[in-house]
Amino acid sequence: MRTAVVVFPGTNCEMDVAHAITALGGETELVWHRHEDLSNFDGVILPGGFAHGDYLRTGAIARFSPVMDEVGRMAAEGRPVLGICNGFQILCEAGLLPGALIANRDLAFICRFVDLEVTDTDTVLTRSTELGQRIRIPLNSYEGNWVDPSNSGRVALRYLDDPNGSQQRAAAVANDGGNVVGVMPHPERGIDELLGSGDGRALLEGFLHSLVPA
Amino acid sequence: MTTAAQPLHRRLGMTDEEHESVLGLLRRDPLPAELAMYSVMWSEHCSYKSSRAHLRRFPTEAPWVVVGPGENAGVVDLGDGWLAALRIESHNHPSFVEPYQGAATGVGGILRDVFTMGARPIALWDQIRFGPLDDPKNRYLFNGVVSGIAGYGNAVGVPTVGGEIEFDPCYTGNPLVNVMCLGVLRREQLTLGTAGPPGTVAVLLGRATGRDGIGGASVLASASFDDESQEKRPSVQVGDPFEEKKLIEACLEMYQRGLVAGVQDLGAAGLSCATSEPAGRAGVGLDVDLDQVHVREMDMTAPELLMSESQERMMAFVPSEKVDAVLGVAERWEIDSAVVGTVTTGGTLKVRHQGEVVAEVPAASLADDAPLYDRPMRRPDWIDDLWATPALPLGGDPADVLLRLLDDPAIGSTAWVHEQYDHMLFLNTVIGPGSDGSLIRIRGTEKGLAVSSDGNGRLCHLDPRAGSARLVYEAALNVAVTGARPLAVVDNLNFGNPEKPEVMWQFRESVEGISEACEALAIPVIGGNVSFYNETEGVDIHPTPVVGLLGLADPMPRQPPRLSRAAEGMEIWEIGTGPTSNLAGSAAQRVVNDELIGRPTPPDPGAARQVIALTNGLAHRVPVLHDVSDGGLAVAVAEVCIASGIGARVAVDDPGPLFSEDPHRVIAVFDPGTVVLPIDLARQVGVIGGDSLILGRSGSIDLETLTRTHRDAIPRRMAG
Repeated sequence: MRTAVVVFPGTNCEMDVAHAITALGGETELVWHRHEDLSNFDGVILPGGFAHGDYLRTGAIARFSPVMDEVGRMAAEGRPVLGICNGFQILCEAGLLPGALIANRDLAFICRFVDLEVTDTDTVLTRSTELGQRIRIPLNSYEGNWVDPSNSGRVALRYLDDPNGSQQRAAAVANDGGNVVGVMPHPERGIDELLGSGDGRALLEGFLHSLVPA
Repeated sequence: MTTAAQPLHRRLGMTDEEHESVLGLLRRDPLPAELAMYSVMWSEHCSYKSSRAHLRRFPTEAPWVVVGPGENAGVVDLGDGWLAALRIESHNHPSFVEPYQGAATGVGGILRDVFTMGARPIALWDQIRFGPLDDPKNRYLFNGVVSGIAGYGNAVGVPTVGGEIEFDPCYTGNPLVNVMCLGVLRREQLTLGTAGPPGTVAVLLGRATGRDGIGGASVLASASFDDESQEKRPSVQVGDPFEEKKLIEACLEMYQRGLVAGVQDLGAAGLSCATSEPAGRAGVGLDVDLDQVHVREMDMTAPELLMSESQERMMAFVPSEKVDAVLGVAERWEIDSAVVGTVTTGGTLKVRHQGEVVAEVPAASLADDAPLYDRPMRRPDWIDDLWATPALPLGGDPADVLLRLLDDPAIGSTAWVHEQYDHMLFLNTVIGPGSDGSLIRIRGTEKGLAVSSDGNGRLCHLDPRAGSARLVYEAALNVAVTGARPLAVVDNLNFGNPEKPEVMWQFRESVEGISEACEALAIPVIGGNVSFYNETEGVDIHPTPVVGLLGLADPMPRQPPRLSRAAEGMEIWEIGTGPTSNLAGSAAQRVVNDELIGRPTPPDPGAARQVIALTNGLAHRVPVLHDVSDGGLAVAVAEVCIASGIGARVAVDDPGPLFSEDPHRVIAVFDPGTVVLPIDLARQVGVIGGDSLILGRSGSIDLETLTRTHRDAIPRRMAG
């Protein structure tokens, strides 16, 4: 079971994600954004960072990177596709998830632990958790405020407080099939109690359990 | 006299004497491009001409030093093939002129200093100082600097894990913005700023060169401020963290594949520095063709190309057979590159532009023959007056004083600042912002790197030597509470106008104080930075050396002490030589009496060593260890209560012992009977429990008030 971790120029969480997946027994490979073939992978993660400098608008350039056609194909085939932070922004820009992410309500970057509640367990991110389960992992973003005029997204995780103004207090959003998920806080930063929390493990384990051979 | 009527060398910031030296050196009139190069390389900022003689005083040697002062960053050996690179720099003047870009490019510059050495930058700290926040201009500067650090640091993908903040009227017209960066590398990746043997090819990597930052080092960083400072705005560079991120990854790949002989970053003095310094270090010459430099502005002159401080550029010195591979790496990471020169024998730096030779000078002369000034020094008369004046007693109820201290923006919570910084990237931040020292693990090893940075302009104003020495001891204690032993120091010496004898005296005393403390702890100084001319309209800032100290915990404690681990029934002990009541230079003196007088308690090297050693051992056994510094014992206990969400009863109620900031003290919190402390060096001062902090018989504060006051200290001012 192999997971592609996509690296755009400006991505910076790729090593953390790869480390977390490996620590949980998964197998990953870093894939450069010009890569045009993901047929050897069973799932894909778009990690956090500032793809293409976030210039123009977060994710606006990244959606045109060559690898995104393959990400779209995997999404359509029902394979697990996870976007974390900047990856969530890119999935929205690419139209693989509804809505968009705009600047935080207070117009400041937020880096701190946030408390979340599981609101939907039928997604590749939350399938190993229970409804109502509390999850504490770090948020780390400036554009973390999800807006969805279509009201079509499935909210998988919800902030207990309201750090950034996100609609429905959404912290993670899934497509109808539950195989494409964007999550604004960072599960990979929550795999080690020494660093403050191990709650992110349940989320990434859910992703790993969702992988089936290509 | 109008500016235009001045001779070229003066317009470039050179004195007539310095111009004479260039004439003597070349035995002819320098060409404009040559003069441009000498003006930036011989600037105070680049040449340390006023400070070099004094900096020789620093102890710089230890068996674990791999690279000492003089390179882009200091490097120490951590064992098992691991090295750490550490560097600190100031970006004071640019940050006053344009706070966001000034701070942002400060971060960019310090990163390049570290990854030039072959290291991956893993953490940043910043030490920032402003005038009081009731002045809207200071709020603008503070907000701009914090945004700039966040904007650049977050996007470039290096966590900002700590730092320090101070507010004082002396920084109103001259904020201080220091940035420090830590990198780690395997020994075989160590790369130096050297040009390599003749035949080596110089490849310029990164962003295209423009006219930004021309003369930044000589004009902006090496002169004082007046009302015309805003006109210097074009001398401030603009940063692009995205370009830097790609440059980091490209360079690290080149090091890993062994493609480069040496690397030099382009910061202050731009191409002038990145050509002359590596050639000078290697004892070789260099032929440079400016027509090959990739530019983003038309019709740039040779002096402009040589002086530009455009950001995110690196010069790689590449063996000729590896040039194609280097260009390939640049292409893959989507950064620009250009072959701009070749290393030659003979030591001459020869620069061509549009078919003509525009400079032909001894490469080493730009760095090595810079002027060296032995500026006059005089002990200021007012020091004796300050020492002789008795401090006013602290009026009011101690509980009240404590609340005023917690409401002080330099003591209150830094969350408003550090929550704007990504401080968690790389999954190494074991102890992050808001604690004494940071603790960064090296994954895959048992090692933890502890880092603390400390400055205290008020203390150093009263006694620059003792004050500076105390910074080293405080930083050492701050790393000791994480279980680390001190390894090396870097310093950023922020001072006023060196042409004033009193300022030079302060500088010399400060260097002496840092040196004495480093010798007492047997740790070397591995690098530093000097920032002079921090004055506005003739008034100098307090002497403000900032000490950055790197410690190594090997092994790292399995459960490192944290302020948040106090629990009901635990005892609070104060470790250190007996209680004192000296308030000279303390935060309480400032907040309550608005004064700065008295003679601070000098450090005691013997006691310092004892307390550091004891603390270091305790870090593996006790849940809470906390350095006693700003605000004294009372604030130290209050911070533990706030972080742990529990009250405490302290058996001290005299303002002196509660608020004195005398050195070499730490509090330890642990379950009764679990630790035995030497009775001559430690005493129990209280117990954890309840939902209030009770200070002897002099009053109590409920936890909610304590927490809210501390949390709101900065936000409530920034909202105003």
